Amino acid sequence: MANRAQIPTNNSALIAMIADEDTITGFLLAGVGNVDLRRKTNYLIVDSKTTVKQIEDAFKEFTTRDDVAIVLISQYVANMIRFLVDSYNKPVPAILEIPSKDHPYDPAHDSVLSRVKYLFSTESVASDRR
Amino acid sequence: MSGQGQRLNVVPTVTVLGVIKARLIGATRGHALLKKKSDALTVQFRAILKKIVATKESMGNIMKSSSFALTEAKYVAGDNIKYTVIENVKTASLKVRSRTENVAGVKLPKFEYFTEAETKNELTGLARGGQQVQGCKTAYVKAIEVLVELASLQTSFLTLDEAIKTTNRRVNALESVVKPRLENTISYIKGELDELEREDFFRLKKIQAFKKREIEKQMKSSKQFAEDQAAENLSLQRGISMNAAHNMLSATPKDADIIF
Repeated sequence: MANRAQIPTNNSALIAMIADEDTITGFLLAGVGNVDLRRKTNYLIVDSKTTVKQIEDAFKEFTTRDDVAIVLISQYVANMIRFLVDSYNKPVPAILEIPSKDHPYDPAHDSVLSRVKYLFSTESVASDRR
Repeated sequence: MSGQGQRLNVVPTVTVLGVIKARLIGATRGHALLKKKSDALTVQFRAILKKIVATKESMGNIMKSSSFALTEAKYVAGDNIKYTVIENVKTASLKVRSRTENVAGVKLPKFEYFTEAETKNELTGLARGGQQVQGCKTAYVKAIEVLVELASLQTSFLTLDEAIKTTNRRVNALESVVKPRLENTISYIKGELDELEREDFFRLKKIQAFKKREIEKQMKSSKQFAEDQAAENLSLQRGISMNAAHNMLSATPKDADIIF
């Protein structure tokens, strides 16, 4: 009917990552990393020297690539580009916030859960974000 | 907008009334169906939400344990495995397949991950710590499983949210705009038809009254005529015609001798 957001059936889509070095290393070990002919990678290592602009560009690039189905982003990195993450409303690719070693998972700042905090009146998961 | 008083602009005839009534029935049925759909979607929505919260918790734990495994591997195999791993990246061996599932009439996406070729990480940790590296690898693969499931839950969640909003918008539109408008149109047409009927009725009554008066007048004049006839007969019996005198006078001009 009014299904404007088309969800494409993709047979092989990548998982993109924007996280700190250790997390990326781990995931690359598992085999998620991809470098294509033009030396474009599907991951961005964020350290103390990375600028917010670089992160923004990487995020925009990953979300507009049509062979990327999931974007994993560390929560503290997501906090740096919070406005971009919150204004993102396409179903594909899916944006997932993952914890990192130094910053444990904080449901109060998760962009998806904060959208539905009103549903959890008493047992509020994201009740801290007011 | 300008709600309650609106009605459609139509010619107030009986056929149009039938058409609008059919439309009202259609709108009512559509409204009930959409409400049911919205309720079904909301039930699914809440179920998915619960699952998402649970999965996020478990994801937090799994990430913790995999980071721990990575630290172990780094400790044993030396800190330089990072560079080896990064150098070894070619094509991804873990990829994701997406397909759509139909839930209560809404197409929801679902991701599942699958492994292609094996990675070229066999040489990592060859010097020392190979077991830890393998352990770390399996931990992260498990983490990816959970993350892929979480991703599909999240996308279904967002899509369902959109769908619920649209359906509710349609329900409200039917309830507060379309149906009142149709009902107002129906009452307007009925009012017009009643007025036409009343006009007709009034006209009929007036004609009846007129006819009655005519008949009464006729009756009166025929009664008068009958009375006159009766009087004439009576006077003829007595030998005088009441009208005779009149008749003589009126008959004489034919006589040429009498000059009047």
